Amino acid sequence: MSQGIGAPVKRKEDKRFTTGKGKYTDDIRMENQAYAAFVRSPFAHARVRNIDTSAAMVMDGVIAIHNGAELTGDGIGNIICGWAITSKDGSPMNMGAWSALATEKTRYVGDAVAIVIAETKAQARAAAEAVDVDYEELPVAATIAAALADDAPQIHENAAGNIVYDWEIGERDATDKALANAAHVTEMDITNNRLSPNPMEPRSAIATFDEAEDHYTLYTTSQNPHVARLVLSAFYQVAPEHKLRVIAPDVGGGFGSKIYIYPEEIACLWASMKTNRSVKWTSDRTEAFLTDAHGRDHLTKARMGFDAEGRIVGFKVSTKANFGAYMSLFSSAVPTYLYATLLSGTYNIPNIYCEVLGVYTNTVPVDAYRGAGRPEASYLVERMMETAARELGKDPAELRNINFIREFPHQTPVIMNYDSGDFEGNMRQAMEAADWAGFAARKAESRARGKLRGIGMSCYIEACGIAPSAAVGSLGAGVGLWESAEVRMNPVGTIEVLTGSHSHGQGHETTFAQVVADRFGVPIDSVQIVHGDTDKVQFGMGTYGSRSGPVGMSAIVKALDKVEAKIRKLAAHLLEVSEADIVIEDAQAKVVGTNKSLAWHEIGLAAYTGHNLPEGMEPGLKEGAFYDPMNFTFPMGCFICEVEVDPQTGKTEIVSFVASDDFGTIINPMIVEGQVHGGIAQGVGQAMLEEVRYSEDGQQLSASYMDYAMPRADDLPNFEVLHHGTTCTTNPLGMKGCGEAGAIGTPPAVINAITSAIGNNDLNMPTTPAKVWAAINAARIAAE
Amino acid sequence: MHNANYHAAHTTADAASLLASAEDGVLLAGGQTLLPTMKARLAAPSDLVDISRAEELRGISIADGAVTIGAMTTHSEVASNSDLQTAFPALCSLAGRIGDPAVRHRGTIGGSLANNDPAACYPAAVLATGATISTNTRDIAADDYFQGMFTTALKEGEIITSVTLPIPQAAHYQKFAQPASRFALVGVFVAKYADGVRVAVTGASEDGVHRWTEAEVALSDSFAAEAVADLAVSADGLISDLHGDGAYRANLVKVLTGRAVTAAG
Repeated sequence: MSQGIGAPVKRKEDKRFTTGKGKYTDDIRMENQAYAAFVRSPFAHARVRNIDTSAAMVMDGVIAIHNGAELTGDGIGNIICGWAITSKDGSPMNMGAWSALATEKTRYVGDAVAIVIAETKAQARAAAEAVDVDYEELPVAATIAAALADDAPQIHENAAGNIVYDWEIGERDATDKALANAAHVTEMDITNNRLSPNPMEPRSAIATFDEAEDHYTLYTTSQNPHVARLVLSAFYQVAPEHKLRVIAPDVGGGFGSKIYIYPEEIACLWASMKTNRSVKWTSDRTEAFLTDAHGRDHLTKARMGFDAEGRIVGFKVSTKANFGAYMSLFSSAVPTYLYATLLSGTYNIPNIYCEVLGVYTNTVPVDAYRGAGRPEASYLVERMMETAARELGKDPAELRNINFIREFPHQTPVIMNYDSGDFEGNMRQAMEAADWAGFAARKAESRARGKLRGIGMSCYIEACGIAPSAAVGSLGAGVGLWESAEVRMNPVGTIEVLTGSHSHGQGHETTFAQVVADRFGVPIDSVQIVHGDTDKVQFGMGTYGSRSGPVGMSAIVKALDKVEAKIRKLAAHLLEVSEADIVIEDAQAKVVGTNKSLAWHEIGLAAYTGHNLPEGMEPGLKEGAFYDPMNFTFPMGCFICEVEVDPQTGKTEIVSFVASDDFGTIINPMIVEGQVHGGIAQGVGQAMLEEVRYSEDGQQLSASYMDYAMPRADDLPNFEVLHHGTTCTTNPLGMKGCGEAGAIGTPPAVINAITSAIGNNDLNMPTTPAKVWAAINAARIAAE
Repeated sequence: MHNANYHAAHTTADAASLLASAEDGVLLAGGQTLLPTMKARLAAPSDLVDISRAEELRGISIADGAVTIGAMTTHSEVASNSDLQTAFPALCSLAGRIGDPAVRHRGTIGGSLANNDPAACYPAAVLATGATISTNTRDIAADDYFQGMFTTALKEGEIITSVTLPIPQAAHYQKFAQPASRFALVGVFVAKYADGVRVAVTGASEDGVHRWTEAEVALSDSFAAEAVADLAVSADGLISDLHGDGAYRANLVKVLTGRAVTAAG
């Protein structure tokens, strides 16, 4: 059976994962290892008047306790946001100072003020509890509304009114005019609920300082170890890059939350130098809730105008985005260039205007979480379309169909240029699978049983494969977003691929090997994927934004091109034919039309012995490439969700869920289906279950699994996952990416189904039974 | 977790004396509440007296129209006991829906009753059946035992040894799960006896498990869901939290009671 592109081969990495043999950061034990615990602010906003460590320092096992003044005194730099956003008035964003250990003020519950190093984890935690911090409590702004109130406390000195930025995109006047002339305008207030990422493996770091070499090694739970090394060196001044090795071994899920370089890793590195010990810290689940970057948290007012035929004429959006207490690494880009640029959805919209107010609050920093901006855009656009269809008395599928983009490339009014797609094709495929036409009969049958049945659709589009470096550079990105790869064919013919993409659940060790198998006809077991270590891999921008396929694999393809070219030249020389007569297949270099061939190991040996090379050819078979994408890629699809609601309790059951996606070329359909399953589960989580809630004084009310509801198997239906693909025209394999689609397309499909069932469009996520029951009652009262 | 001294008690008497001699000792039954609380550093007892190994505290026996369950009998043992499945299936069904399999194989009926979590399932069954809680010093009627959230009639050092539940003619437990914890957001246990119906509600009240006497009167008169349809449940004193306000819980009390009656048949 083929193991190449399109083969549903089993995952190579699963033997170690399913037998408990994975090696995660917390599994690593260093000699001379000590443990860190952090002293964290119990207040959401407080002045730190004094830190008294005298009682803690004399406790058993305590090695050292260090605070923020010492950290900044040693020249450790503030944590930065790496994407500069400019406000409407031309002013730069107001980035508040974020020290890895807070110095004068703490700004959210969990903000660390000191690091305790001790011989054991228990000793470190006990001593951390014994550190006596004198806090002066300050007024708290725990929500966007509280932070924007006239009497709101100012969280950062340089951010008046707690404004991060006031940004805009699109044509305001033209959009206003289009809406003024519209035959119908749909208006909605939409909340996008705040989420905690909850990867299965909590964050962990182990830092080692080698005094003799003046060198640091950091094992950490990172989606992008080279980016970690870059910012740790260039901005946090921990060590220069050649004196810092960052290793991200097996990582148990990230969903974006492990892109960022957090205070704990910085503090552990610094503390390893201060104490000359390896310093290890592993988050517990409570710390994960309190310190991992959250996702979403938007408040939006939107107006969408239609002409008399139902064509969209304009879309105006005003969004307030919660940043939390500090600007995390990519936070500024999420509600701007990853959100507002997708507001055209899958539709021809001639006029779009969006303004985004970034707001500081006394909460955990907010940054990219599976989908990052695109779920917020998709949720907004698809709820607007559904509500508009109901207001206009049109079939929601028909209203979408009237407005679908059908010609490519398509330039939207908000930067993006879509290369390909068959939007109606995906919608029709999903409608057929969901038996859209038979819904009325099923609804009647539910009604006979006292249940409310609803059906909802979402025709999402998203942008992946971030992104052309020059383009993102012009938009404020502080880095280029290419990817690199190196392909090393060994003398015996086995192959190592070194990639800057990081695998933390995506299955790269299998899919990347399949690309090589496809090219040369070698078995995937002869291909090893090497990633996650800055000393092994040349460089890399990491895994997020569904970029490992369209960007990471494209770099591998470029490197394979170079290796193949060299093999052809070498084989032609050895077989004494012209290069044009060489074909590479079944792990052989064959001469077309003859039975002459070279076995794979013969090619490797010839390259490495160097006994008989073409004139001027260097020995060896190792090529590298950097791939800078030409464009974003645009995965899209249609999800249809059908629900049944118990009107007496508000409990919603998803009775069917169909996904029809266009991911372009698919390397491994089994892995892609798994990605879609996981994405839908997370999307259902956002839609129906998950929400981070804060009290007015900034305490997280949902900081454990007793109150933060994660989706479980029995919350989910059997998914029907279909594919109706076009080919992406802007990368060599034609891939679009699949990692986030489920999380992006699902929430609006679920909510459109529930609002359809209960006859009330005024419903916010998560749709707890209590909320649905209240919305049913509100609709009943309104109808009376 | 803070350090604590661990003691294994093999009899109730051993447990009582170990507890008495500890500085700040607590009984460890199945540990499904206590241990997570200790891990979260919210509890730091000096000593743990483990009574889960005391054989005399385990077992299920049915006699004289009642079932007696040893305090250290696990939820799993109650759920899967074949005699009990015949005699009192509603209780097996309740036990089989507590927590998850890991919880059900460690958690015990005695531990649940001693803790008296306001959203726990067992208190509803014990109160609705008018059960008797036996301790190492006395017998306590269920109506006297539950005294509010996490509060019971147990005195310092008193150890539950068994629970005796009169077997009803018909019964059912309706549990509406809180979405995150899967504890009862509201749970209603309805038990029908020759001399009347008892209804106990868990999860709903700020005062913990309680009887809904109005429904008991109506259902004793007519054991049908319609009997409670016109009753009003006040939201006063009901729990309001992230997962539902008092009005929602009041609605659930009524809806679930009706459904429990229908299911009990």
